[in-house]
Amino acid sequence: MSYLSLSAARVAASLAMGALLGAAPALAETSIIIGLQQEPTSLDPTADATASIDGMLETNVYESLTTVDESGEVLPALAKSWEISEDGLTYTFKLEEGVTYHDGTTFDSADVVYAFTRAMAEGSTNPSKGIFKPIASVTAVDPSTVEIKLTEKDAFFLFNLAQGDAAIVAEESADANNTTPIGTGPFKFDSWTRGDKLVLVKNPDWRDAADVSLDKVTFRFIADAAAASAAMMAEEVDAFPGFPAPELMPQFEADPRFKTEIGSTEGEVILAMNNSKPPFNDLKVRQAVSYAINRDEIIDGAMYGMAVPIGSFYPPHGPAYEDLTGTYPHDTAKAKELFTEAGVEGTTMTLRVPPFPYAMRSAEIIQAELSAAGIDAKVENVEWGFWLEEVYKKKNYDMTIIAHTSPNDMGNFAKGPDYFYGYDNPEFTALWDSIRTESDPEKRNALLKQGQEELAQQAVHGFLFQLPRLSVIKANIDGFWTSSPVLYQPLAGVTVN
Amino acid sequence: MGYFLFRRTLGFVLTLFAVSVVVFAVMNVLPGDPALTILGLDATEDALAALREQLGLNDPLLTRYVHWVWNALHGDFGISHSFGIPVAGLIGERLPMTISLAVSGMIFTVILALVMGIGAAANHRKPGDWGMMFISQLGIAIPAFWLSMLLVLLFAVKLRWLPPGGFAGWDDPVAAMRSLILPTVALALVQSSVLARVTRSSALEVMRQDFVRTARATGFSRRRILWRHVLPNALVPIVTIVGMQFAALVTGTIVIENVFYLPGLGRLIFQSISNRDLPTVQALVMLFAAIVVTANFIVDLLYVVIDPRLKARA
Repeated sequence: MSYLSLSAARVAASLAMGALLGAAPALAETSIIIGLQQEPTSLDPTADATASIDGMLETNVYESLTTVDESGEVLPALAKSWEISEDGLTYTFKLEEGVTYHDGTTFDSADVVYAFTRAMAEGSTNPSKGIFKPIASVTAVDPSTVEIKLTEKDAFFLFNLAQGDAAIVAEESADANNTTPIGTGPFKFDSWTRGDKLVLVKNPDWRDAADVSLDKVTFRFIADAAAASAAMMAEEVDAFPGFPAPELMPQFEADPRFKTEIGSTEGEVILAMNNSKPPFNDLKVRQAVSYAINRDEIIDGAMYGMAVPIGSFYPPHGPAYEDLTGTYPHDTAKAKELFTEAGVEGTTMTLRVPPFPYAMRSAEIIQAELSAAGIDAKVENVEWGFWLEEVYKKKNYDMTIIAHTSPNDMGNFAKGPDYFYGYDNPEFTALWDSIRTESDPEKRNALLKQGQEELAQQAVHGFLFQLPRLSVIKANIDGFWTSSPVLYQPLAGVTVN
Repeated sequence: MGYFLFRRTLGFVLTLFAVSVVVFAVMNVLPGDPALTILGLDATEDALAALREQLGLNDPLLTRYVHWVWNALHGDFGISHSFGIPVAGLIGERLPMTISLAVSGMIFTVILALVMGIGAAANHRKPGDWGMMFISQLGIAIPAFWLSMLLVLLFAVKLRWLPPGGFAGWDDPVAAMRSLILPTVALALVQSSVLARVTRSSALEVMRQDFVRTARATGFSRRRILWRHVLPNALVPIVTIVGMQFAALVTGTIVIENVFYLPGLGRLIFQSISNRDLPTVQALVMLFAAIVVTANFIVDLLYVVIDPRLKARA
């Protein structure tokens, strides 16, 4: 009897072993390595504007009240639902319950109040402090309800809340987020080897953890475009969203190991002209520049054909987009005529270019195009810190090339003559005020079209193209966004087949 | 010797002092606002003002400098503006990478250069000499950046023998050495080509001297004459160049670390300059300066070892 039971136990044990061994492949860790060009110096999106902080961490480690999908539509996140009062000034958010931060502390309305109060405080260094400006008060009604009152209507409020700048950080961990980010998202921060890589691991306690298939995500920082390409080719890296070299895309397209995607971003690339000083305070000169530039030639030369031309300051994938590229069609003779009329033919202007490939490459082509129209443009390649100080802050420039990557940023033109555009148009400022306070999407889109037309007519800048988002991804990986309406890239939906 | 050491130490301190003044001045003359770099294009004026206050950028220049020197003398290199953590820690975590790379580069340079240089001298005016001089000419002419890409394409992408970049860390010595091979070659090929030429001409000069002829007449083997008699006497110019090359190797890591995405000091200094992260740049430049000055100091000491005649003069 005892012998029998012993052997029965053995059989049971070996069965259990077999079950374990059989289950082993299913337990294998799913991990991917993502290449990233830009390494941040801080991991706190509420204190540093570096795009890759949001790119790696927002919606993955940190969560905000709302989030957006690939099309830019606002969806619930930490707020599972919300109500907006009749007058559009009171937002009541119902929060997800039972949520915990990665350090074990619980999430409730007090955290929301803390996060907003911190961002709005006088000494706050939030890089997008402007998005909190319309807020009058943030109140915790009960542990799972928050009421936010605004001083004026804000059509972009829910969208803005979805950004990393508005991540709901906890009082217990906020100060250390700089090096050890703590959030409520589907992935937990594991480690950061500065100069090398950042590792996230799956958060099994996340509310939809069952739908997350990645167990581990490693971001590798590879700044150099040629090195990025080599790392992909050698399969040291599994995905490179935001691939830096358009000229190398065909090579990956032809390789069955990879798939390539060309999506859109919120980045309008403009040939900015200093509207506050001669000669660009003269509409004729700005029109002449607009006639002189040939967008197709610029896109072919600078982006290897991988970009969509724009005729005003609004992304082509947006709901209010109007194609205004025909407002000032490329016409060198006409440009020359206008330059002569304005009395600037043959003068020299400087084109100060920040150190981004799209800008440096565009500059050379624009220089040639302006020269054909009788203007001698001197290209000055400057370093980013210099650009920020001299061009952006001190408006010490004639022309420059820059991509404006924030969403809903037509308001830049309503910032008045102190902004580096030097554009002063009270009518446009009034129009922008009605755009950002209009809650009816249809009416707002009509106003946005009006805004685009005004900017195109005024030829405020040379509007060049929408910055594309190029991705190279291994063929067996799905779920990466093709376009990016925001700075982040959610990884909860990424799968490896 | 005592006087020599005193003079050297004084030189060391004065050099570092001069470097600190120059870096501080240059970083402040250079247009660029650290607060704006950190907070970006959408930052509001009051957020920028708050950050400037936090970083202590509103204090007068001289106050900041004196403050910095005082703290540095007490071993405190400050908090990085952009990383928000102590600079000493930042440098500490990157130092092993750069030292590994510079040292392996130095070893590679010296071995390759001595073999090539002595080999060429021994085969003077023969095909071996011409071949080696041609290769070293090529090594000098090829930019390290371009060579790096070629090496990666061949050994990492095509043959898959070595990783295309990154550093595995010394926890796994084999992986660490594998990830150092390509960067070392890219970093050191130019230097070893230069050194090979110096070695060759220095060796040729020694070979023309009487004692070598005497040695040959005594019937010593060619190899013994070359390595035991020619090389030691040809070392003075070689060591001089090696000292300068060590400095070039350390600074050369800036390019190489970017191409091979290695987490070393070169990438850190690059990033810090872009971010106008004054405390980090300041400390790093001081460190590089100290390395260069120390390398020169060691060379001076080596002269005495190599050439005993100098001892009397020192």
